[in-house]
Amino acid sequence: MSSGLIVRRPGLLCSVQDSGRIGYQSLGIASSGALDLRSLAIANILVGNSDGEAGLEACLVGPELEIEVGNVLAIAGADMEPKRNGEAVPQYAAFAVEPGDVLAFGAAVSGCRAYIAFAGGLDLPIVMGSRSTNLKCGLGGLEGRALKAGDSIGFRVPLAPLDPDPRRRDSREDFSAPLAALRVVAGPQDEYFTQHGIEAFYGAEYRLTERSDRMGCVLEGPVVEARGKTDIVSDGIPLGAIQITSGGRPIVMLADRQTTGGYAKIATVISADIPLLAQRRPGEKVAFKKVSIEAARRAALNDIAQRAALRRKLELRL
Amino acid sequence: MPKAAFRPAGDRAIVASFGDEISEELNVAVMALDRSLAENPIEGVIETVPTYRSLLVYYDPAKLRNRSLARELDRRSRLVPTGAARVGRTIEIPVRYGGAYGEDLGDVALHCGLSEAEVIERHSGREYRIYMLGFLPGFAYLGNMDLSLATPRMGTPRQAIPAGSVGIGGEQTGIYPLVSPGGWRIIGRTPLRLYDPRREEPIPYRPGDFIRFRSVGDDEFEAIKARVDSESNEGASP
Repeated sequence: MSSGLIVRRPGLLCSVQDSGRIGYQSLGIASSGALDLRSLAIANILVGNSDGEAGLEACLVGPELEIEVGNVLAIAGADMEPKRNGEAVPQYAAFAVEPGDVLAFGAAVSGCRAYIAFAGGLDLPIVMGSRSTNLKCGLGGLEGRALKAGDSIGFRVPLAPLDPDPRRRDSREDFSAPLAALRVVAGPQDEYFTQHGIEAFYGAEYRLTERSDRMGCVLEGPVVEARGKTDIVSDGIPLGAIQITSGGRPIVMLADRQTTGGYAKIATVISADIPLLAQRRPGEKVAFKKVSIEAARRAALNDIAQRAALRRKLELRL
Repeated sequence: MPKAAFRPAGDRAIVASFGDEISEELNVAVMALDRSLAENPIEGVIETVPTYRSLLVYYDPAKLRNRSLARELDRRSRLVPTGAARVGRTIEIPVRYGGAYGEDLGDVALHCGLSEAEVIERHSGREYRIYMLGFLPGFAYLGNMDLSLATPRMGTPRQAIPAGSVGIGGEQTGIYPLVSPGGWRIIGRTPLRLYDPRREEPIPYRPGDFIRFRSVGDDEFEAIKARVDSESNEGASP
């Protein structure tokens, strides 16, 4: 495998992620994939890749990368003030890098996770249908682990040569709001909770604790009162499920979650709002707003339509 | 036939729940619905997660609506005949019981008032239904252990239980497919590599299959282990 870039420092937690590993949850293997699929998709579209192509996901503090082979890149998601050879590079826009360039990210000033897409994608093996890193299982990505200093990753050749045209850009998503209102669909086990508990859940603001990671966000705030125990006979845990622990605390389950679990789930964050949660940092706040399943579906379709529109716009202009 | 209730699990999944208990009857119904989706796929269904008593069905909201999917799942769950024919495979798992590979075998025997040989005979002398996989890749939740073998979990879990370890935790038995912390009593180990992401089938069994443990001696354990190691080296990339 030829080298496209060398990791000089990995940052806090940088891993290879694509749109996820489909079809293995029944065996107990999490789907993984980018926590903020929208930002990954935007970065990919800007460099002419398919939405779910593998890129790098950097968390809180980004990496420093030395470029060995020229390519076109795009960065979306959290603002980590990326610099090429000390000069700021545009975000939410395609730009070219040359051999010898050093691309350095700092700490996130807004948002939590930045996505770096490379035209053509990364030259890493597909394991069980995906290049996503599953850190718990040591699967996919680069040897199943987070990046570390000295790692080298090759680029794949883009299907068509790409111009780093400055018009290949999209508007920034703003993650700096003090409170993110996350839309949820009630259930599947909301009947385990008292009216009082449900009102507390929808009326309160919750804070992300330090124990928030790719598996899930552990929240701090008013206890959600249950009718009895919150233990259930294990069933599947969907993306965005909000489990209530026996202590009454909500945990929102994300891409590296356990596939099954035994806590009652009061509600599920809608897929269009998972990126907002993925971009919250420990200490930041969220609140929950109940919507109908139809409204959730419209939000998901709207998301898909916006990405298709961005792709069309770039194709027409260039 | 148990009747399913359908609840939304966000905008990309629906859960068909057949009840809230651990029973073979419920699990048979779950597996029958899961099999129906495998044999006659619904356009837009992405994947499923069968558990003790429910089936989580992931779908693409651009292709399916929650209500129409629930209706179709309901129709299918009613079609499944009672006492559906057993279709799961039986997977034989060779186990070296006791000794260095099963250091809690003596404690389990003592707790149950049995000899070590009796524990081995009762543990290996039956088929276990795989109700579900979860917790770790390939961690199988097995049903119908001989209750005379029930032994409480360790007071303090071990930090690292070796891959392939076979354990008893309360009234349950199972295998650790990966090195993992855990509190179950370890009574033996299989030389098989249960989890290998490079294999066509990364886990050699699925929910709904059956497992039968077969007691093997040191020589056979080593022979199987040598074969497993050489096969996996052949598959390794240079």
